[in-house]
Amino acid sequence: MRAFNGAAGQYHAFCILVVDGSMKRAFTQFWRGGYSALPGYRFSLLFTVFWTGFFIILPLCALIIRPWQDGVGPVVAELHDARMFAALWTSFSTAAVAAFLNIPLGLFLAWMLVRGDLPGRHIANALIDIPLALPTAVSGITLATLYSPQGWLGYPLSKLGISVAYTRSGIVLALMFVGLPFMVRTVEPVLKNLPQELEEAAKLLGARPRQIITRVIIAPLRPALLTGFGLAFARGVGEYGSVIFIAGNQPFKSEIAPLLIVVRLQEFDYPGATAIALILLLASLSVLVCLGVLRRRISAWSVGA
Amino acid sequence: MSVHVENLTRYAPASQRKLLDDITLTFPTGAFVALVGPSGAGKTTLLRAIAGLDQCEEGTLTLNGNSLKTLQDRAGKIGFVFQNYALFPHMTVARNISFGLDVLPRGKRPSPTEIANRVKELLELMQIPALAEAYPARLSGGQRQRVALARALATGPTLLLLDEPFGALDPIVRRTIRTWLRTLHDQLGLTTILVTHDQEEALEVADRIVVMQNGRVVQDASPTDLDEKPQTSFVMEFLGEAVTFKGQVKNGYFVPDEAHVASFPTHISEGRADAMIRPFEIMLQDEGEAAVPLATHGKSNGYRHYSATLAGRAVPVFVPETSGGAHIKTGCAHLNIQNARIFRNGTRAN
Repeated sequence: MRAFNGAAGQYHAFCILVVDGSMKRAFTQFWRGGYSALPGYRFSLLFTVFWTGFFIILPLCALIIRPWQDGVGPVVAELHDARMFAALWTSFSTAAVAAFLNIPLGLFLAWMLVRGDLPGRHIANALIDIPLALPTAVSGITLATLYSPQGWLGYPLSKLGISVAYTRSGIVLALMFVGLPFMVRTVEPVLKNLPQELEEAAKLLGARPRQIITRVIIAPLRPALLTGFGLAFARGVGEYGSVIFIAGNQPFKSEIAPLLIVVRLQEFDYPGATAIALILLLASLSVLVCLGVLRRRISAWSVGA
Repeated sequence: MSVHVENLTRYAPASQRKLLDDITLTFPTGAFVALVGPSGAGKTTLLRAIAGLDQCEEGTLTLNGNSLKTLQDRAGKIGFVFQNYALFPHMTVARNISFGLDVLPRGKRPSPTEIANRVKELLELMQIPALAEAYPARLSGGQRQRVALARALATGPTLLLLDEPFGALDPIVRRTIRTWLRTLHDQLGLTTILVTHDQEEALEVADRIVVMQNGRVVQDASPTDLDEKPQTSFVMEFLGEAVTFKGQVKNGYFVPDEAHVASFPTHISEGRADAMIRPFEIMLQDEGEAAVPLATHGKSNGYRHYSATLAGRAVPVFVPETSGGAHIKTGCAHLNIQNARIFRNGTRAN
């Protein structure tokens, strides 16, 4: 009921705004599509509003409303649950580390795809998207097998005293695997559009190779790198299948938030599960908003921003 | 800075096709030279070779008598303006201009105030003092051009290389920038090499014009010489509208194949030849009964424009407005082409 009242209040405020002349004009123009030459503007507008409302806003609203249905109690109780905070911290920190480590890797791969004239370039190009196509459980099992203490890579590593599987480094590894395509695919088109003359101009102006890389190539890529980071991070926070096989899933150590939600569901603790989901949602949202603001700030030079 | 190029040859990657074919040229200090020619003639390739951006397989290149092997040696001594300007999109105009100074090793780098003053000075020289904090994406073509030039000049080079710098500008801006560039060249005592496919631009701005075709230098001369003594029919045609009359040299006369075009005396040996002439050099003669019909096409720049209909083709003829003659009334005349240059197998014969 409270939610409905809130919505009505917002609608009222909206009407007041609309009465203001310029706002009204802006709204009519928006509705009519300005002087757009595209046919079917209103149809597309209605379709978009319906689509986003039905498939994105509605489920999100349900997610926001559901935890409170059994009263404030379960949510507050959840807020006192140290296990949940440990899981959230594991999720966010590993996702951030993985996305961060993907920056140089993705940049290098995109660089090779755009500039390198290697024979197997087209195959490599196709392979990069594989982590997106593979069922996440398959990648998880594959990674777990490779890095388990008896695995091809895990055995020599364990001899060196490094254990990857069943630790947080295992989670980071899995998240890097699934996040890499996002980084490569956001950086690649921007890198492709950077004219090669920029490097030549810098060279002729006396820049040394290191200066060319940092000041002329990476600097204009920063917005794309940040977007790639955001996408890889978001994917990492929500990733489930590929992580649970390699993570070991020990509470307080290597348990990720999505897994904790499943655990709560299996305990039939629906309010608890939705409360974690809500906190996860809010935390992700605020991180993504911050990244968006930062991105706008560092891409002030481009026309669209 | 003087530039000397000797027997420079460059091949297309992985083929025997020559992009530059045995080019020998000297650009003395203070010269303003235009490289002209159709697209694919090798103008830009030559310019890039001089800048050191591309390596040539054969030949030598010396700048001020020294062969500078690496780009590092040339850094800051050569100003290069790219066709698309290649401004750094993420830097402000001021940062773009100061780039060449900012990247200097700490010992050689001027202090921040000195750099700021240099940028200010250049912005004023380029007549864009208000744009220091703007980003390249928001500039017009002419403004980008000026920023690119300022960036190229920041390190105080004595050789300026310009690759089709006026290509993307509208005609009015082109004309202003052209004159301004010439003034700048004289003011700073630069050696400037300009690549353009617009022969009019070259004729107007440069002291010397190098016409290129298929990777070779066809003619290297002053604008006046080029206009008066084109060495090949290609140069003649490239420098402006030209009309060709095929004919025969006989008994010391060039006899055109077409009727109603007057023969004229010449010294060259007998045989087939082509007479090429500019439309404003053709004269109209009123003698004879049967003559070429003339269609009027209005006037411009003090010339009356006609189109003379010969058998199978129409030839443009521009006559000074001040000249009289019966053809104004009768609308037909004979063509006198005695000012034509005669070419045999594409090269100048008379």
